[in-house]
Amino acid sequence: MDTRQFIQRDETCWEIQPKGPMRVPAVIYADAQLLEAMDQKVYEQLTNVATLPGIVEAAYAMPDAHWGYGFPIGGVAAFDPDQGGVVSAGGVGFDISCGVRTLHTGLTMDQLQPHKQALADVLYRTVPAGVGSKGRIHLNHENMHGMLIGGAKWALEQGFGEEQDMERIEEHGCMAGAEPHYVSAKARERQKDEMGTLGSGNHYLEVQRVAEIFDRDAAKTFGLRVDDVVITIHCGSRGLGHQIGTEFLKEMAMSAAQYNIVLPDRELACAPLNSPLGKKYLGAMRAAINCALANRQIITHIARQAVATVFPGIHLGLLYDVSHNTCKVEQHTIDGHKKELYVHRKGATRAFGPGHPDLPPAFKEVGQPVLIGGSMGTSSYVLCGTKESEQRSFSSACHGAGRAMSRTQASKHWQGRTLVDQLAARGIIIRSPSMRGVAEEAPEAYKDVSIVVDVADRAGLARKVAKLEPVICIKG
Amino acid sequence: MKNKSITPRWEHFEHEADIGIRGIAPTLEQAFEQAAIAMTATVTHLDSVSTSKVISIYCEAPDTELLLVSWLNELIYEMSAQGVLFNRFEVVIDDDTLSAMAYGEAVDRQKHHPAVEIKGATFTELRVYQQADDTWVAQCVIDV
Repeated sequence: MDTRQFIQRDETCWEIQPKGPMRVPAVIYADAQLLEAMDQKVYEQLTNVATLPGIVEAAYAMPDAHWGYGFPIGGVAAFDPDQGGVVSAGGVGFDISCGVRTLHTGLTMDQLQPHKQALADVLYRTVPAGVGSKGRIHLNHENMHGMLIGGAKWALEQGFGEEQDMERIEEHGCMAGAEPHYVSAKARERQKDEMGTLGSGNHYLEVQRVAEIFDRDAAKTFGLRVDDVVITIHCGSRGLGHQIGTEFLKEMAMSAAQYNIVLPDRELACAPLNSPLGKKYLGAMRAAINCALANRQIITHIARQAVATVFPGIHLGLLYDVSHNTCKVEQHTIDGHKKELYVHRKGATRAFGPGHPDLPPAFKEVGQPVLIGGSMGTSSYVLCGTKESEQRSFSSACHGAGRAMSRTQASKHWQGRTLVDQLAARGIIIRSPSMRGVAEEAPEAYKDVSIVVDVADRAGLARKVAKLEPVICIKG
Repeated sequence: MKNKSITPRWEHFEHEADIGIRGIAPTLEQAFEQAAIAMTATVTHLDSVSTSKVISIYCEAPDTELLLVSWLNELIYEMSAQGVLFNRFEVVIDDDTLSAMAYGEAVDRQKHHPAVEIKGATFTELRVYQQADDTWVAQCVIDV
């Protein structure tokens, strides 16, 4: 897009002042190059978000922003319930609480190397991935309820994982305020056999090598050293979240007029936070967050068992678990006053800085680990939250690379099998049930995550700690 | 002037993160059927899907655009909950209601090599309209 549409506040901060129905400015964090490469749709969508009732400060877009649904992907917006603020099903998206978690293995690359193929085989065999894959757990009505209320804590009670995992998960593994009675029969039906499955698209389980350290102290706190091997899982709330998103989007679009909300785009469908529909959605969405947390917890357990068959006696400790499609109630300081706001992050990661009360003791001094997933065959990054991002973006940072090329173009451009061979030549093992899926996720179909992360760092949204490179990728 | 000579067809269109699906046909019902075929084509090769199973679908919405999204989302639900792929549809639309038969079979990973799992049909680029030659277009972006 044309950078002349913006007022440039500093090297990485571009502002659109309120005009027409916009209630607040729209702000994009990017360098000139990233901004120029962004689709004009990001401008349209972000300025649309700025028109929503009760929005506070500004509508923000992260450096990886791209054309989404209603909200741009990489969008952040906070709403004040006392000023008629809204919650938007489109602002959270279909894959509620999609996120990333990273596990330490305690192994170095030298130790992994001779067992790489064996580990790839066992992970591919045991972690359900791709369309039509089913989990080993069947949820009846009672344990569905327990899962929706308890999240990763419920999974732990069922024998999946370790007590010490919980403090390494946002919300300590359990999202409060979930109301399973607002989760439809259809959403439950879609989920009953999907616990512990990765899904498809850009979801994956990856074995990675720590390739570079940028911040020695933070890396030490996070337990990362060059050549360490870690495992990262990227997935979400599966069919349950998708169904909740689908149902509430329709209901909110249909009832907007009743709440006197003018929607510049139906996909921005929302309801006042204080309305019955808004509360119903929050209850259902929080249940879906728990579903995602439980799902990643179960996959972690499966991965631990799988790795132990190759490396007997190994212990995989959790570094952290972040979600990047959520709406959460948080305290933020607005004009010197503490306010309780509902922060939407659509394809954006929460990035609490040092000293934040929600952080586990281990991270109090350095800030929250911010896990940025790459795409298949590309690097991922670990960052940490900063004090500044509280003022800049309600403590939010980017979430990934963002596509540079559509799926249609990518599948025409690349052959899955050729890509697998090319990546193998670079020492990266890809295992996937679908070669077309592999082609659609071609590394070059995505923007360069390194540039996105550099800009996030320079913009003060989060600070770079370590770079991770893929070794094995189990792609859904 | 109804242009009955046009063969119903479908196509995909670009969306930065996902895929747009479009049905083009002489009647509204056929355009809805074609949009659904375009959706299956994002997952697998249509020729690989047989029609041994039939599922009936019913939905309603206050306007034709919401009806298209509701129709596609009902199919996505059945695909996910029943583990099926569809490749033939018979749609009947009566004002704000839609009833249909969807023909397909259970997903077989060896046979269908499904590429993606569809999360939902969205309101993005959602349009249902009649062109100058009277043919109907039904389209939206699906989140995969």
